[in-house]
Amino acid sequence: MRQGAAPRLKRDLTALTIGSVIYLALSACVTNSYYQLIMTLVPIWAVFGVSWNILSGYGGQLSFGHASFFGIGAYTVTLALVYWNLTPWFGIPLGMAVGGIAAVLIGLPTFRLRGHYFALAMLAYPLAILYFLQYLGFQEVSMPMHRDHPAAFLEFTDPRLYTVVAVGVLIAGIVVCMLIENSRFGLALLALRQNELAAEAAGIDTRRWKMRALVVSGMIAAAAGGVYACVLLIVTPDSVFGMLVSAQAVVVTLFGGVASIWGPVIGAAILVPLAESLNAELGNVLPGIQGVVYGGAIIAIMLASPDGLFWTVRDRWFPKPPPAPIPPLRSTVVPRAVAAPASGPLLRVEGLSRSFGGLRAVSKVSFAVGTGEILGIIGPNGAGKTTLFNLLNGVLSADEGTATLAGETMLGKKVHQVCRMGIGRTFQVVRSFPRLPLIDNVIVGAYGAGLPDDQANDAAVRALHLVGLQDQSGIDAGQLTNKQLRLMELARALAGQPRLLLLDETLAGLGRDECNDVLDVLARLREQGMTIAIIEHTMHAMMRIADRFVVLDHGRVLASGLPRDVVEDRAVIEAYLGKKWLAKQDA
Amino acid sequence: MDLESLIENVLNALAAGITIGCIYGLMCIGLGLIFGIMKVVNFAQGELLMLGMFSSLYLVTGGGVLAFLGPFIGPFVGAICAGPIVFVFGALLHKFLISRVSGLRTAGSIDDGHFGQLIVTLGISLILQNGGLIVFGSTPVTVRTPLASRAIEIGPIYGDATVFLNKARLIACAVAIIVAIALYLTLEYTRLGKALRAAADNPTAATYMGIDVNRTYRIAFGAGCGITAIAGGLMATYLSFGPFIGLDYVIIMYSGVVLGGMGSILGAFWGGLTVGFVQQCSALVLPPQLQNAAIFVVFLLIVMLRPQGLFGRSAERA
Repeated sequence: MRQGAAPRLKRDLTALTIGSVIYLALSACVTNSYYQLIMTLVPIWAVFGVSWNILSGYGGQLSFGHASFFGIGAYTVTLALVYWNLTPWFGIPLGMAVGGIAAVLIGLPTFRLRGHYFALAMLAYPLAILYFLQYLGFQEVSMPMHRDHPAAFLEFTDPRLYTVVAVGVLIAGIVVCMLIENSRFGLALLALRQNELAAEAAGIDTRRWKMRALVVSGMIAAAAGGVYACVLLIVTPDSVFGMLVSAQAVVVTLFGGVASIWGPVIGAAILVPLAESLNAELGNVLPGIQGVVYGGAIIAIMLASPDGLFWTVRDRWFPKPPPAPIPPLRSTVVPRAVAAPASGPLLRVEGLSRSFGGLRAVSKVSFAVGTGEILGIIGPNGAGKTTLFNLLNGVLSADEGTATLAGETMLGKKVHQVCRMGIGRTFQVVRSFPRLPLIDNVIVGAYGAGLPDDQANDAAVRALHLVGLQDQSGIDAGQLTNKQLRLMELARALAGQPRLLLLDETLAGLGRDECNDVLDVLARLREQGMTIAIIEHTMHAMMRIADRFVVLDHGRVLASGLPRDVVEDRAVIEAYLGKKWLAKQDA
Repeated sequence: MDLESLIENVLNALAAGITIGCIYGLMCIGLGLIFGIMKVVNFAQGELLMLGMFSSLYLVTGGGVLAFLGPFIGPFVGAICAGPIVFVFGALLHKFLISRVSGLRTAGSIDDGHFGQLIVTLGISLILQNGGLIVFGSTPVTVRTPLASRAIEIGPIYGDATVFLNKARLIACAVAIIVAIALYLTLEYTRLGKALRAAADNPTAATYMGIDVNRTYRIAFGAGCGITAIAGGLMATYLSFGPFIGLDYVIIMYSGVVLGGMGSILGAFWGGLTVGFVQQCSALVLPPQLQNAAIFVVFLLIVMLRPQGLFGRSAERA
């Protein structure tokens, strides 16, 4: 559990208990069997929404094909009962296992895709399964009745008991969601949704967290499908794999509130009774009314309050309490020992090259950074500076050359693996997690380094103190100024206990005073023995801070050495100011 | 199966693949236009296809305005007329819904508004499907033309092996190719085409050059809808359809567009042609129920095996 999660967890659990008791009491009073069915369907669709929310709400991996898992759950339970006479009490866990396996099989190829490609590919799975089941002849499978021991086969004469089962599954689903939300799992998902590359560069293995989210999500969805089959006693491919099923999960969650535990519950509690009763009243005259209501609901909610009802209501009537003061340091963490390699520099780059088509963006670049040194990498626009950093931290792969950190090779690794080797990185255009508070932005970096919860918190607090942002810790990153964002990125990199910092134009777009503030922070880091490679345009600022320069132009190293020597190098002056200027000077 | 009938089956599948493929190509252009110019993923494109089919149906059958044209010319004129009707519908959709989650309004937000676009177009798709069920009913219908049951016979080529070219499909294919070429020429050589391409390339810069990007997007969206609707009208001559037909085709459209290279109009046509070709040829080896499943599998394979490279920028600037 994350630091400070306990009060929220306690509050949510209390709300869950009270809510479930009231709901069950209410459903006990309902005698009309049709309303009773609606009372059972609400928690089923709610838990399906919860499962969608974990992957697509928190993690931002939009899935339009969650019916795959719902349907797999439903068909596993039904077919196991029909062919093996397996009671749904075991059938549902079996369905969850199958759903989890399906999630792995679906996730392995599909997570190679991003954004709308992912959403579309997910759409294809349930439709393919649907046609396949029709081909196999499972158009309509009904559950056999067991008159002897109905309860042992999850068959009840009193429909209210189905509601109890459905609410039980919903409670389990919500508790899982709570645990995720209040742990590093949830923070990793929120971070990767808001900026995947930043999360990777902070050491988060985004692929693995996505996969975990999909598996958990698939298992919960399968459970919902299993219960659904037991309640309706009959499954058809269309009723469990159809487009409208996938849409249910999307609709109830978006309507209720994305990335909130209560969102899907609120959405299902409002929309399911509405659509069902409309369907019952008008279904004969207007056969598709349910779909029209759902379609209208998501369009309306998307235009009016894109985050859903829960967040709108909360922001309107229950404004966020003022951010809690920054938690004090609880344990003194010793920063990662800056063990100098037995011999030679900390970072050594040799013959590094990378082409894009015919353009040699980086060409046979070699340099080294010694421990405790600040290396300035300068050069005109398009010189290949950022590409160089992208090669070093794994965003791009190199065509040839080597790069080693304390003797260990950095190339051929994924972005988060490079980060875990001890390389912190900031970006030319700040990559923040705009809707997370500053402290959480920084904690992501600490989690990325694999620190346990309390140490991660302390590391983040220390990093914030180091860059001087301790007073802004509760503010959302989206509201910070440019300078604060630059410092935040620096703090996030520092929270990962790096051995080497790669700073990409940290001073870009800052005024002179702001620039000085950031330079002061860098000077403080140097005193603590941090090794830094920094990209910068402006010679002026770099002269103050850098111990040594490497000048790049057209992807090649033009010059390197002490700042004084480099700025007087004729080739450097020519690259910056042009031949004419040089000729004029000579004349 | 003896050699003769094998050859006959293969040749007929190839012929059907090419004719149907051209119509699919036109259908994909509509989607490709919207994605290529606006970068909007329109989830409701299949429903616009469906609207095109029904527009054509109501124009040329029963008491429709174009009923006087008779069953030979009528269906094809109806298909073309479905274009402007759905164009207006699409432009209105853009004005009231799509423009609020796309274009300059969302440029530069966290995910360029893709989340909102997917959700809003999903909503439109649900409303059109189910609204279609209310308005049009669930009985499958078709735009009848006697041409659908007549064929041009080529051959016998080998023994008794003969290629049958369905006349309705053949004319539909010709119309599709003409419309596609007309669109291509418009995009290449007219002022409007230039404005569309400029807005696609860099909306902000286009604004500074005095192009009304919002209006350009509206035209692009309407045109994308209209083109797909024409393809729908053409398909209506040989296919029985209902309000939910869009779902089967939205995946086909995306396969074609992705295969041809997201963003390329010409590519979308070739992509659609390829998908139609593969679909018809799969009939040779697969039982009919599995053909649709095969399309989805092909779609998944296309999306997986050709990541970024062919369709869009791969590395974002760090």
